[in-house]
Amino acid sequence: MADLLHVSDANFEKEIVQADIPAMVDFWAEWCGPCKMVGPTVEALAKEYAGKIKIAKMDVDTNRETPAKFGIRSIPTLILFKDGKVAQTIVGALPKGDIEEALKKLL
Amino acid sequence: MEDLIIIGGGPAGLTAGLYAARSRLKTLLLEKLSPGGQVLLTDSVENYPGFPEGISGFELMDRMRRQAENFGLDIQSREVIQLHLTPDKKEVVTANGLLESRSLILTMGATPRKLGIDGEDRLTGKGVSYCATCDGPFYRDREVAVIGGGDTAVEEALYLTRFATRVHIVHRRNELRATKLLQERAFAQERIAFVWDTVPTRIVGETGVATIELKHVKTGHLSQLRVDGVFVFVGYDPNNKLVKSLLELDSYGFVLTNNDLETSVPGVFAAGDIRSKLLRQISTAVGEGATAAFAAERYLENRT
Repeated sequence: MADLLHVSDANFEKEIVQADIPAMVDFWAEWCGPCKMVGPTVEALAKEYAGKIKIAKMDVDTNRETPAKFGIRSIPTLILFKDGKVAQTIVGALPKGDIEEALKKLL
Repeated sequence: MEDLIIIGGGPAGLTAGLYAARSRLKTLLLEKLSPGGQVLLTDSVENYPGFPEGISGFELMDRMRRQAENFGLDIQSREVIQLHLTPDKKEVVTANGLLESRSLILTMGATPRKLGIDGEDRLTGKGVSYCATCDGPFYRDREVAVIGGGDTAVEEALYLTRFATRVHIVHRRNELRATKLLQERAFAQERIAFVWDTVPTRIVGETGVATIELKHVKTGHLSQLRVDGVFVFVGYDPNNKLVKSLLELDSYGFVLTNNDLETSVPGVFAAGDIRSKLLRQISTAVGEGATAAFAAERYLENRT
């Protein structure tokens, strides 16, 4: 769990956009069933890619600014960042293999 | 070698797993995401007996999973890539290794069907949605359209009235197919408007949905509806990719079985939404899961 970061509107810029390694943010909410299907996968990936890719979650219920900025209107949405820019957006719950494939492209 | 491998962790798969575990079959349940299936898209389940106040989709599936695991069911998060079926052995190729079993139960379920119109894929996640409980809160004080007229469409339209100021139900017929109780609720709900005899032909927008283009099916008349979101509930397609070329399917691609839920290949059973049948519900899925597990057990006994 320690490898998985929880980011907010307040620290998103510093933690994700200005990160010195690639990053992936899982936009989720408590009310969203499919988010819970993909949650354990994101946690596992955070462990596996620790130090290589920063993996974080953002609760869209308590953070409204960042999701709006990225035009998010469906969750779960995973956004992958490289050099502070959006590299790929994944909408919907996908199996671990598919997410890993996208992560590997960041390295 | 396993006695039984169950592919898919929705209500049918978890019930099959519960019964198989209690029968002490050496059983493995494989789920590509986390268990729960399509029920997780549902806010409140009202028609599954035993819960007079209703129960949340997540809570119900969490209980089913825990109940199966209490009896020793081994649930693994693995995606199945390919199947090789022979009378003696069923090979299950997963993303991380080959598994072998003497029998299989297929419970891969179904996926909400897409409209297949221009703009749909491009705007998915940007106003086009297949899950009202996930995305409804993004439409506070906005207008949305719901496409479809069955149970799911009407249920989700009712759910969306909690957030949206107006929900337009766009339906290709001039009456709803949904259960009468749901129809009564929808007709009584002031925030719901109906657009009859109409199909969407195009979803338009740059960074998000701006309008949908509609066509009246009788007159051919085209019109535009300004909405911020489009929720699509027009039926289901079977998740049959693994078995398409291996088993007999009906004309829609659902898996055909006999009364004992055995498919066209001996030792391979199917249960739940993936099966060719009349009614796709949690209540029908769990009954089939139990039957399939019992039939698989009998199949294994007869072969030893």
